[in-house]
Amino acid sequence: MSDLLLPPELRYAGIIKQRQNEDGSELSILNLGPTHPATHGIFQNILLMDGERVLDGESTVGYIHRAFEKIAENRPFYQITPLTDRMNYCSSPINNMGWWMTLEKALGIEVPKRVQYLRVIVMELARISDHIICNSVLGVDTGALTGFLYVFQYREKIYEIYEEICGARLTTNMGRIGGFEREWSPRAFELINTLLEEFPPIWQEFEDLLLRNRIFMDRTIDVGPIPADRAISYGFTGPNLRAAGVDYDIRVAQPYSSYEDFDFDIPVGKSGDTYDRFCVRNAEVWQSISIIKQALEKMPEGPYHANVPDYYLPPKEDVYNNMEALIYHFKIIMGEVPVPVTEVYMPVEGGNGELGFYLVTDGSRTAYRLHFRRPCFIYYQAFNEMVKGQMLSDAIATLSSLNVIAGELDA
Amino acid sequence: MSDSKINIAEAPEGISGEGFFATKLSDVVGLARANSLWPLPFATSCCGIEFMATMASHYDVARFGSERMSFSPRQADMLLVMGTIAKKMAPILRQVYEQMAEPRWVISVGACACSGGIFDTYSVLQGIDKVIPVDVYVPGCPPRPEQILDGIMRLQDLVKSESVRRRSSPEYTELLASYNIK
Amino acid sequence: MALETSVIQDTLNERFESAVSDFVQIHDVFTFEVDSDSIAAVMKFLRDDKTMRFNFLTTLCGMHFPDAEIGRQFSVVYHMHNWIDNVRIRIKCYLNGNNPEIDTVSDIFLSANWQERETYDFFGIIFKGHPQLKRILNMDEMTSFPMRKEFPLEDGGRTDKDDRFFGRTTDNVSNT
Repeated sequence: MSDLLLPPELRYAGIIKQRQNEDGSELSILNLGPTHPATHGIFQNILLMDGERVLDGESTVGYIHRAFEKIAENRPFYQITPLTDRMNYCSSPINNMGWWMTLEKALGIEVPKRVQYLRVIVMELARISDHIICNSVLGVDTGALTGFLYVFQYREKIYEIYEEICGARLTTNMGRIGGFEREWSPRAFELINTLLEEFPPIWQEFEDLLLRNRIFMDRTIDVGPIPADRAISYGFTGPNLRAAGVDYDIRVAQPYSSYEDFDFDIPVGKSGDTYDRFCVRNAEVWQSISIIKQALEKMPEGPYHANVPDYYLPPKEDVYNNMEALIYHFKIIMGEVPVPVTEVYMPVEGGNGELGFYLVTDGSRTAYRLHFRRPCFIYYQAFNEMVKGQMLSDAIATLSSLNVIAGELDA
Repeated sequence: MSDSKINIAEAPEGISGEGFFATKLSDVVGLARANSLWPLPFATSCCGIEFMATMASHYDVARFGSERMSFSPRQADMLLVMGTIAKKMAPILRQVYEQMAEPRWVISVGACACSGGIFDTYSVLQGIDKVIPVDVYVPGCPPRPEQILDGIMRLQDLVKSESVRRRSSPEYTELLASYNIK
Repeated sequence: MALETSVIQDTLNERFESAVSDFVQIHDVFTFEVDSDSIAAVMKFLRDDKTMRFNFLTTLCGMHFPDAEIGRQFSVVYHMHNWIDNVRIRIKCYLNGNNPEIDTVSDIFLSANWQERETYDFFGIIFKGHPQLKRILNMDEMTSFPMRKEFPLEDGGRTDKDDRFFGRTTDNVSNT
């Protein structure tokens, strides 16, 4: 048991010495190192190979450990959103909104319906943007570069929408406790409507390129499968679990932010292999498009933030003219906000699964403990089991389809 | 065919006549190097996604000569370090830099690579210039693709005006020695 | 058909008597404390029992309370989720500050493997029986446990930062 504590190279070197193949060949160690074009992010896999076949592997992570949980203990609550942005940076609005919802649960704030619908729109846009990257990069890893270049253009359009809402493209830091910092401009809605018209035919073309493509199917069917019960034990959630056949989606199981008002399906796969993961993500983009359409149609009128002067900065005109607003402004900036001593766990459906925030407060201006339940970190453990016995190129395709984002892996 | 003018690189100053063009070697070499910088995208985190956007068709870094992303250090000219470098990653960054063949340049993209960024913690390297020499710093968190392209263009200016003898000069050797790179 | 918290409390009390205690509902998660010696048995029961059916270990994390009494300075918090009845619970196990040890649950739920390594890496809590208890996120050579409250956030060895005007010199780097 204790030789599992050795670095993997040494352990495998021992196995190589002991084992001899009949044809005289021997096993080898391959370092799918931290910097590798196929690993989209920084994590290492040391594989024990028999020619092209992977016999065993060990993952080492932590090459981009930035101590988010420690930083969060030193920062007031509204300064933690930049940290959450940088976890799953492909779909940062989901992380942001998840954090605001955690805080609202802890502080007991009820947000207006309009805010909830706006949050749904931006979270679904983020989900589309995350799945665009995952699927197109899976295409690139199997050799199909065209899809990537083609659909990335629509990520630019989504970035334009984010810019219109909050000013930033990628690390959005969007929203405030109780809502949004400003009302969305008409141009933002225009851009979303244009996207909803222009994007579906493009996504259909991308699907047609790859979904029934002989080469793609050969590269991805039965590659990296995982049965549903192992997946649940490994803590899989999100599209990877749905590809294995389990229809667990937090938006349906524990609806937050008015998701229960929308009518959408949960796509599930069958065998949990790479092809199923690709198909599930594809189908989820269609569902997200439908949710955004429904949200735009049913958008209620109302304020864009909750009436919580204790936590939401008052408008600047009031701060300069009104004594109360000045006091609230001062207290919020200085961090003298009333925070109950409590603990909450708030899960949201991130691009990769159940992104959970476990917040323990002690009444002071910073969190006592903030733990992020990061789906990538939890399901990446299963990688070695998924690629045992498969070939190296299959291992690469599996890695791509798992959508491991290094920022979320290490935090 | 559209009316757009295609800009090709300007020829350096020189004396030309029938069948010959005389100029300085360093100008020609600088021109060739500047317009064919093959990057090694060392993408660690969020800036890497902005780099993917730069690589994609909207911002297209290929028109600056960076057509082929070389993931092998031996075949790359410029090392684009994009994203946070943790202390666990620093030896690997150094190894990749040492494996690159001369002439090599380094662009540090993003606040984390330039100076540690917002992560002033025990596990993050506060700037890659603690381990490797850097030529161009592109600030931003993450920098827009236009900023990354601006950084590449500044590097192109540096490369164009570099002397062909720089890499064997004593100052350069001293610079590398200060980082303990042989 | 829903699983009531009173049912959970009664079943656990009946089966484990004094090992479980402090049942309280905090927001929407039913929280209780379990003795660190019995966590493996309790978790197995919660997973396998036909009424409990907590089939999913959501997350596992550690906490440090330097101001508490010595027997309760560290804790490991488990969140479990019953997908069939849609019930979440939180289990807390308090550990001794000088010698934080607890049984591993990585044989019951495979997802606990790396999460326990992460907790060990951050707090130094030893998980007995874990197949591969070594550091995962921090550098292997690190000797201290960074998430403990006494460990500073910033790197102490920096010479290029001048925080004199913020009241921080190189001797008193701490988070107030």
